[in-house]
Amino acid sequence: MKFKKAVSIALMAAMTMTLFAGCGADGGQKSADGTGSANGTESAASGDAFRIGGIGPVTGEAAVYGVAVKNGAELAVKEINEAGGIGGKQIEFNFQDDEHDAEKAVNAYNTLKDWGTQAILGTVTSGPCVAVGQVSNEDNIFLLTPSGTAVDCVKYPNAFRVCFSDPMQGLESAKYIGENNLAEKVAVIYDSSDVYSSGIYEAFAKEAENQNFEIVAAEAFTAESNKDFSVQLQKAKDAEADLVFLPFYYSQASLVLKQAAGMSYSPAFFGCDGMDGILAVKGFDAALADNLIFLSPFTPTSEDEAIQKFVTDYKEAYGETPNQFAADAYDGIYAMKAAMEKAGVTPDMSASDICEALKPAMLEVTIDGVTAKSLTWEESGEPSKEPMVVKIANGDYAVVE
Amino acid sequence: MRNMKKISKTTKSNLITYGMVIALFLIMQTLVLTGNVSSLLQGLLIPLCAYIILAVSLNLTVGILGELSLGHAGFMCVGAFTSAFFSKCTAEAIPVAGVRYLIALLIGAAMAGLCGILIGIPVLRLKGDYLAIVTLAFGEIIKNVVNILFVGRDANGFHFSTKDSLSLGLEADGEVIINGPQGITGTPKDSTFLIGAILILVTLFIVLNLIHSRSGRAIMAIRDNRIAAESVGINITKYKLMAFSVSAALAGVAGVIYAHNLATLMAQPKNFGYNMSIMILVFVVLGGIGNIRGSVISAIVLTLLPELLRGLSDYRMLIYAVVLIVMMLFNWSPKAIEWREKRSVKLKRRKRKEA
Repeated sequence: MKFKKAVSIALMAAMTMTLFAGCGADGGQKSADGTGSANGTESAASGDAFRIGGIGPVTGEAAVYGVAVKNGAELAVKEINEAGGIGGKQIEFNFQDDEHDAEKAVNAYNTLKDWGTQAILGTVTSGPCVAVGQVSNEDNIFLLTPSGTAVDCVKYPNAFRVCFSDPMQGLESAKYIGENNLAEKVAVIYDSSDVYSSGIYEAFAKEAENQNFEIVAAEAFTAESNKDFSVQLQKAKDAEADLVFLPFYYSQASLVLKQAAGMSYSPAFFGCDGMDGILAVKGFDAALADNLIFLSPFTPTSEDEAIQKFVTDYKEAYGETPNQFAADAYDGIYAMKAAMEKAGVTPDMSASDICEALKPAMLEVTIDGVTAKSLTWEESGEPSKEPMVVKIANGDYAVVE
Repeated sequence: MRNMKKISKTTKSNLITYGMVIALFLIMQTLVLTGNVSSLLQGLLIPLCAYIILAVSLNLTVGILGELSLGHAGFMCVGAFTSAFFSKCTAEAIPVAGVRYLIALLIGAAMAGLCGILIGIPVLRLKGDYLAIVTLAFGEIIKNVVNILFVGRDANGFHFSTKDSLSLGLEADGEVIINGPQGITGTPKDSTFLIGAILILVTLFIVLNLIHSRSGRAIMAIRDNRIAAESVGINITKYKLMAFSVSAALAGVAGVIYAHNLATLMAQPKNFGYNMSIMILVFVVLGGIGNIRGSVISAIVLTLLPELLRGLSDYRMLIYAVVLIVMMLFNWSPKAIEWREKRSVKLKRRKRKEA
């Protein structure tokens, strides 16, 4: 027994050692990222660099989104630091994993608090964002979520977001379909187990009552049954829907399009920002997506100069085309920079003072970002920006004016 | 001295367990009050209490009753959602947090216990691994049921739906309480470390007393030899049901603590799915099956471990897995046990020589 104890203690000691070793490595990495600041951790201790934390899933099922946000934010931080930082002060960025779990997100938040974070970019997913919103409100730390779309994410005064909220997307989609007379009978297929998808659907259904079309079928699927959509499509076909609204992510949407073509059902398809990236799906025949329309805040193929620069830099750094999550995070960091400069905060201020200064400053700034031209914020924490309408034609994205 | 000797070995062992929990609580509480604890650790204290209770309660099923339960997170989910629902509904009606929390605890425990009884009645009559199969399904069913459940409230009372929150047909003043996959948001944050620690002690008290009571001996007799137990007139189903429903109710209590610690409660595979059930089982197995104190310790170590490894960023889950495997091998592989025994014999001999 005693020996067992001794070994457990030794194991624990070894783990603690690795912990410290890890810290050291982290510090080194940071200084490599922030080219200006010589050695990351030490410089901040003396208060001459801003500490911005990030929270999101970089492991687990939602890792794709978290990694994109992490990369997008790091790219922005790097650019800002190279250009001289915020008001002459460098930024240090620390991204913590939350595994897409509310409890882990609060742990990540506490870790960042221990690190001395002065503002937080996060969290990436909605559920954890609500939990972190509550605790960060208690501590009064500024929170800017790049992609938390649920309404409750920004219900506290310290929280703002870069992306559209779910109801906003549903509303805009319904309006667009109605105003452009795209259809008379609409079918909706949505993921009832997903907050994002069901949130959009509900707002869409609500707004549909005021529009000149009718929802003839609303069929749900869940995360466990997102491979076969023939039942939902058959119901839409039987209801003679001439447009199918797909408020979910492109990976499933590509299957829907393929299966619809398989049963020679060819209505118009309409999607939301999750549809962005469908042409990059492996083995997907781009011709199937012709005439697919979706609302998106960001299109990597846009000819806009700022977007092109972002896409090229991102590709160079991470070897892949950025998605909207990366773009949201990129704009988020720049929004923080603008608000911080506007408020005239300095790194030696406490997180709570910075938050108090940023709250009014956030309402005054205007960002010329990659997800929107002239992006501004309202007191509710919502961004005010126009969604772009993108139509796929000849295997390429094209922005509809 | 004579009085000391009268205390039996089991009582002594129980006292050590209680003492350990109280000592840990006092140490942490002083550290928190003097401001010597990082906010990460401070934020982990309440979830830790929930995990300890889960591990101890599952050990009652796995270690003492000798049945495998793979759906413990399901009971936790029942406790969490029923209590969060209650707290959210009565947040204005009962402004005193303590009273509301107490009722929420009772509701959570009762509902989880009820589910335990309902499952136990048919399944515990059978021999074999059926409990594992059924609880596995139960955990998944509960998670999915919660994900399609929509409950709202307005001036006319409660509205239920399994479709979406629109079909609730709420009046303008209505609010959606359980919003399907979005779960319950805005549960009052009533859980505190003190309450958590008290609940651990209550759990330990219930479990340890049950084990060392007449009923507990009957339960262990069933585990060790069902036929022999039956032949001496032990009511098998009754005692099995007793252990299992107590275990389920305690898991419900852990769910209550969990739900009242976070502002959002969603039933995801991560927190209430199969993975969570297995994680609790891992706590029990690594702590020693049937060893209550071991469950407490392993729950603490294994909850803290991934958080303390945050410094390793991308590698932390990898290291966590490796540590789990190493611990498992060290605890359970025959070679390791043999080697450990040899060492301990050698150590004893050396001590004797020295003496």
